Amino acid sequence: MSNLTPTSIGSGHEGNLREQISAYFSRVKNGEMGALPAVGALGVLAILFGSLSPYFFTKLNIANLFVQTAELTTLAVALVFVILLAEIDLSAGVAAGVAMDIMYLSLKAGVPWIAAVVIALVFGAIVGLILGWFVARIGVPSFVVTLAFFLGFQGLALILLGDGGLFRVEVPEIKAIMNENLPPVVGWGLLALMVVVSLSIGLWDRARRAKLGLAVRPLSILLTRTALLAALGAFIVFILNENRSAAVKPIVGVPIVIPIVVTLIFAGTFLLDRTRFGRHLYAVGGNPEAARRAGIKVGMIRISAFVICSMLAVVSGLFHVSRIGVVEAAAGRSIVLSGVAAAVVGGVSLFGGRGRLVHAAIGAMVISMIDNGLGLLGLSAGISFVVTGSVLALAATIDALSRKRSGGSIARS
Amino acid sequence: MDTPVIELSGVKKSFGPVDVLKGVDLKAYAGKVTALVGDNGAGKSTLIKGLSGVQPYDEGIVKFNGEAINIHDPRQAGAIGIEVVYQDLALCENLDIVQNMFLGREEISQLTLNESEMELQATKALQSLSVRTVKSVRQKVSSLSGGQRQTVAIARSVLRNAKLVILDEPTAALGVAQTEQVLNLVRRLADSGVAVIIISHNLVDVFKVCDDIAVLYLGRMVAQINTIDTNQADVVGYITGTKSYDGDN
Repeated sequence: MSNLTPTSIGSGHEGNLREQISAYFSRVKNGEMGALPAVGALGVLAILFGSLSPYFFTKLNIANLFVQTAELTTLAVALVFVILLAEIDLSAGVAAGVAMDIMYLSLKAGVPWIAAVVIALVFGAIVGLILGWFVARIGVPSFVVTLAFFLGFQGLALILLGDGGLFRVEVPEIKAIMNENLPPVVGWGLLALMVVVSLSIGLWDRARRAKLGLAVRPLSILLTRTALLAALGAFIVFILNENRSAAVKPIVGVPIVIPIVVTLIFAGTFLLDRTRFGRHLYAVGGNPEAARRAGIKVGMIRISAFVICSMLAVVSGLFHVSRIGVVEAAAGRSIVLSGVAAAVVGGVSLFGGRGRLVHAAIGAMVISMIDNGLGLLGLSAGISFVVTGSVLALAATIDALSRKRSGGSIARS
Repeated sequence: MDTPVIELSGVKKSFGPVDVLKGVDLKAYAGKVTALVGDNGAGKSTLIKGLSGVQPYDEGIVKFNGEAINIHDPRQAGAIGIEVVYQDLALCENLDIVQNMFLGREEISQLTLNESEMELQATKALQSLSVRTVKSVRQKVSSLSGGQRQTVAIARSVLRNAKLVILDEPTAALGVAQTEQVLNLVRRLADSGVAVIIISHNLVDVFKVCDDIAVLYLGRMVAQINTIDTNQADVVGYITGTKSYDGDN
């Protein structure tokens, strides 16, 4: 505390481990629950399905669960950018579908696959620009304009592909994303890299605070958190590196898509937490008028959020095409609602301004696990929808209640 | 007497056929708290919007530290050191105190937000106002009381090195204890060398904290008097137009 005179104003970084832990619990009690309910749900679902189905905890199923979740996770992460602004993008799924149709047509016309993927991403960016322009400049509610695009793109997909049918995308590199695995040693290497990077960032933050004489949290918190991350990662990599094949030909390694999704979440979180753009995005989501008065270009932030959302949605569409190997006109119609559900279940607030990308990833895992588990139990898709719907209603209720509680403190004091 | 931080003379503003300000004079000095009182429709808001650059005046001279200037937009007003704390405070509830105080003016190093530097400066700004009601600068604004929010909004103007801070009804929504805290804060703000203008309907507060009182009545400044030279009954008379100020005290 060299630069500061003794004071009663803290920063939340003071105190030993026990005080830090009790401060955390009091924040939770005040409605800042974050992903806690979703993490709890994951645990309950895993125990439930694990005890009901002998297949649930097989290595093959765990690997499948991770791969299947990749599409939904990416779409949910995409939607977080607009949900943080208290907006919605119902067209994200079908926009990704049309982007994939355009990619397919480009491939058919002889365009190299990388260029075809870039074309699809550029299409996503343009869609985001148009949506953002309608919302930010014209003032059309995002619900309405994206609903219009949702309908329009379904038509466009039919026009592009013609009536019915599946069209093969025969690009080994694209197929590899969801269907090929990394050599085991590379899986371990990437995990080590992730742990080192996250620990370095934590240590660097501490060093910067200490240099200015600010209080720092006990080192044990950072180390414990890193150790937990490493342990969870090691568990997953270990399972995925075991042979999970029932046939003669072994299947081992971390699916290629997993490090891609982790990198997207990491980069997006960095953007939201550590850059001016991210800070302004949260500000606009919390109070657009305050943001405007602070000199933030609210319209530009809104447009950028829609562009990021549509582009990430295209990535999600690419994962889908990689997995099933075909494009079809009906692609992306239903997944967008699961994406919104995933974000909300994970703890991203529909009221805007609250939520993190990792919440959406956890929420996506919950939704996928329900789908996967009920499927293993042989229950119909109907039951799966009913359960997912109920979980979403529950999550939205928790969201509304926790908002009430944290907002209610004004009235209390 | 020193040069006023802000000096308005003969300021006029009309909206179509309606003359809202009909030649208003006002002075605010560094280290002093000036109350701006007047009934609804007297022109208080219009006067303030001119100073903050939201709605420039039609006519009249505005002097800032003795120099004639022309305030034409809020950004420019902020740049020369005029900050307005509006009644609705303009805070983001989902952000913490530091993030709110630096909103739109974030410190950046190596292309990323320099959180520790911002936290240090925000803490210093709050300390310079001897704020004791805030436990942690990393609290979310949603967890703060009305008085604490007012504190954050005022401290933000300190952080921006304001020379003139205009407070719009700072105590309107507050309870007794919090009103007291905010008034003390306003006093300390002025004592740190800032010129403060408070818009208020609450004459008890005005008499408690203000050094002088400016009364608007139907677009004219009917009096700007030292607080010690007048009393509440007279000020009510000036506000309602039942008494006119003869100016010989």
